[in-house]
Amino acid sequence: MSLDEYTRREFKQVGTRVRRPDGVDKVTGRAMYGADATAPGMLVGRILRSPHAHARVKGIDTSAAEALKGVKAIITGADLPAQEDEFIRDVQDNCMARDKALYDGHAVAAVAATDAATAKAALKLIKVDYEVLPHVTDVDAAIQPGAPVVQSGRTLENVPAGMSENVTSHSEFGHGDPAEGFARADMILERSYRTAATHQGYIEPHACLASYASDGKADLWCCTQGQFNVRTLCAAIMEMEASQLRVTASEIGGGFGGKTTVFIEPVALALSRKAGRPVKIVMTRDEVFRATGPTVHTSTDVKIGMTKDGRITAAEATLRYSGGAFPCGTVDMGAQAAFAAYDLDHVRTYGWNVMTNRPKEAAYRAPGAPQSIYAVEATLDELCQHFGLDPLDVRLKNAAKKGTKSSYGPTFPDIGLTATLEAAKAHPHYSAPLKDGQGRGISCGFWFNFGGNTCVSLNVNTDGTVGITEGNPDIGGSRASISLMAAEELGIPYDRIRTIVADTSSLGYNDVTDGSRVTFAVGLATIKAARDAIGKMCGRAARIWGIDPEAVEWKDGATVPAGPNAGKFPPMTLAEIAAVSAETGGPIAGHHEVNADGAGVSFGVHIVDVEVDRDTGATKVLRYTVFQDAGKAVHPSYVEGQMQGGAVQGIGWALNEEYIYGKDGRLQNPGFLDYRVPVASDLPPIDAVILEIPNPGHPYGVRGVGETGIVPPLAAITNAVCRSAGVRLHELPMSPPRVLKALAG
Amino acid sequence: MKKVHVSTTINGDPYEFLCAPDESLLDVLRDRLGLTGSKEGCGTGDCGACSVTLNGRLVCSCLVLGAEAEGAEIATIEGMADGDDLHPLQQHFIDHAALQCGICTPGILVAARALLEKNPDPTDEELRYWLAGNLCRCTGYDKIIRAVQAAAAEMRGA
Amino acid sequence: MVKVRLWGSLRHGADGQTEVEVEARTFKELLDRLAEAYPGLEPQIRRGVSLSLDGVIYREAWFTEIGPESEVVLMPYMTGG
Repeated sequence: MSLDEYTRREFKQVGTRVRRPDGVDKVTGRAMYGADATAPGMLVGRILRSPHAHARVKGIDTSAAEALKGVKAIITGADLPAQEDEFIRDVQDNCMARDKALYDGHAVAAVAATDAATAKAALKLIKVDYEVLPHVTDVDAAIQPGAPVVQSGRTLENVPAGMSENVTSHSEFGHGDPAEGFARADMILERSYRTAATHQGYIEPHACLASYASDGKADLWCCTQGQFNVRTLCAAIMEMEASQLRVTASEIGGGFGGKTTVFIEPVALALSRKAGRPVKIVMTRDEVFRATGPTVHTSTDVKIGMTKDGRITAAEATLRYSGGAFPCGTVDMGAQAAFAAYDLDHVRTYGWNVMTNRPKEAAYRAPGAPQSIYAVEATLDELCQHFGLDPLDVRLKNAAKKGTKSSYGPTFPDIGLTATLEAAKAHPHYSAPLKDGQGRGISCGFWFNFGGNTCVSLNVNTDGTVGITEGNPDIGGSRASISLMAAEELGIPYDRIRTIVADTSSLGYNDVTDGSRVTFAVGLATIKAARDAIGKMCGRAARIWGIDPEAVEWKDGATVPAGPNAGKFPPMTLAEIAAVSAETGGPIAGHHEVNADGAGVSFGVHIVDVEVDRDTGATKVLRYTVFQDAGKAVHPSYVEGQMQGGAVQGIGWALNEEYIYGKDGRLQNPGFLDYRVPVASDLPPIDAVILEIPNPGHPYGVRGVGETGIVPPLAAITNAVCRSAGVRLHELPMSPPRVLKALAG
Repeated sequence: MKKVHVSTTINGDPYEFLCAPDESLLDVLRDRLGLTGSKEGCGTGDCGACSVTLNGRLVCSCLVLGAEAEGAEIATIEGMADGDDLHPLQQHFIDHAALQCGICTPGILVAARALLEKNPDPTDEELRYWLAGNLCRCTGYDKIIRAVQAAAAEMRGA
Repeated sequence: MVKVRLWGSLRHGADGQTEVEVEARTFKELLDRLAEAYPGLEPQIRRGVSLSLDGVIYREAWFTEIGPESEVVLMPYMTGG
């Protein structure tokens, strides 16, 4: 059972702020990212993209491009046979359109040429015969019967008849009888909200280098959150056996969920197969914005009933999410997460996914949760203002705790929400005085956290050092955390361990780096692999000493006889056992393979102070504090880093970031100049307060921390802006023009 | 297009290369000279990942032509450490966990060094405005500011 | 018999019920029995479901043992960032 993994212990190394193993490479420019690899004979790949939001592709004439000197291969959708599996086919069709271009930027053809200039020139020579179709890019417009249909026949059986074909799925969660609860409320507030689609905004564009040999074997180098998932998807699309495709994950320049799928990798493989030479594709930033990433954009109705002393009597939310031009399940997670922070007798959420002519949604940090929790937390704040109640007191009064039947079904085991709220209340930030015109906002946040498929191999080298092979790209310092946990378990110094991320041919399958799973699941597998190796080392010592293996224990990095009856022998260290491993039975290694469960949910609370400039509508963030339960912070600096980075992405979402579509259905702002992510001068210091309430599902009590941090800022900033400006906004981002409009009434 | 012959100095070493007249300095560094430490995040001068100095001036190398390097002194991330000895900024970035994915790190280090050469004791606000042209999506900048200030203090001998 | 709580939209596949009972000792048995007893649930089970057992979420794990007193909640299969 995964709930009894945790045992209390005094940590010697876990919890220290060691130097990360890839630090020197990354501060000297030596680290190899997606675009940094080359191969002999390499060609440059470039992709032609639809300028139309919605168009039938009636024909593609590549003859002029093929005749250009230096062009070695051209592919279109026809070069990739349609896969039967619906999930794979959607990924494939998103990489390269088949009959219809479904959004501005959708790939329709690709070229491999001897250099970039030739590839670019060839794209201009490809003639695509488009029949432009009516388009729809807004969720509320697309849900209307009679809206242009993005794709036909994609509606699941759970959608009632008579709705637009753009509606692909419906879900409903909750318990109790909201009508009964609302009848007991002193005030019922109903509000509607909209959030813009945002992009993960990783600074490294997608990049890959594919080499497909004539014997059917292929190698692929790419920046990804999951090389094994890349292999699964590409092998299916290329109709290859998994064993023949080796995928190596480069160092990754940010992902945040956006690199959990493929965009260019199958294209590069197909070009390489056709050209018989390695092909490298690097996206431009314009392509990254137009064809990868974004989140869902949403429209939400919330209804909350509250008594005058702040008890929530009933809550309902209807979420309409659009995951772009394909079916998308993100709304289900939003609907489950919406009220997860609260202990409610009567709660109901309804979710609808609606297709629009926008890029296919990719996961972004706690996918689905920021949008629904924003709507809930903003409505709650308005109720607090109405009754003159302290917003933290109201959250404490309603907080979910151990034994609460959650809004998505399960009864919570030990969770850290109340402790997190209490820490926020006791923090000096919450009682610091505000000046005139400043506003303070708070919000809770939640994420489920995942475990998942994980393999770890741990090799004890003959010189007493240890190598760890794991399969999850290191996005924010996970190799340091994994080495720390191994060092703790083995009882050897951190710097005697080196952790590397394996390619797909060197280790069993690992799920992608997602869902805040790596420090939890890879950590758990590392600790168990270490225990496996320790068992073997105890066995070697037992044979050397001529005693029973059960009579040997592992203590402080060495075997010792267990108890007085085992005999008297001086301890044998890991290095001493390793040095004679050849003589005692051969190399020593530990490994562990698991589909980890018991990740343990995560809660956070944010406090923010802002000041709205009433002349310009600009919002200045003055002070920001994040409180989050990490279970056990393995490397506190990188835990703080996750909390700070998530908060700042949320600040960007709240104040500036948005996908803006014109009437023509084209993306108006596909660049960092017009899609404005937060810069250093926009921000104050971000204080991070780590709470440690052990997760019973992990040997060291670790909980994933990566995702929750992006959830609270949307509402926390909204609540602060509204208290500063004296007016309520119900749409994100609260960019200066929207704030000015709200101020003007 | 006929290529241009360019002689330049990079990190103190002489280099010669041929490039197209419209080729960016960033593409020359990365694709012709194998100096891939400078990163391309946008190609439009908005993200700062390709920051280098050209005759001491901080520039986005994606907005400079390779041909403009003729006779110039260029400094990139590859020249920042003195052999095995890291520059104080590099050391403090590691010690303060001022990087997560690390893709923006070379540009931020080059930019921060350019500031400290002009202003060895910047305020946090001066530093935040100076680095406003360097996007980091992972850290929220908090630890970057702390790391640069710690390095500045060390470099001042404080 | 194990009580299984369904999420609301599955009700239509389970004769209007949000809590059903099936005979099962493992996650796999539970899914098989559910699909047999309520063919309307089969499409969703095929698409993927997660299972919460006494508050812990499992994404797969056929052989996870379920006791008669266990709290079992079916959830949509989850993906993350």
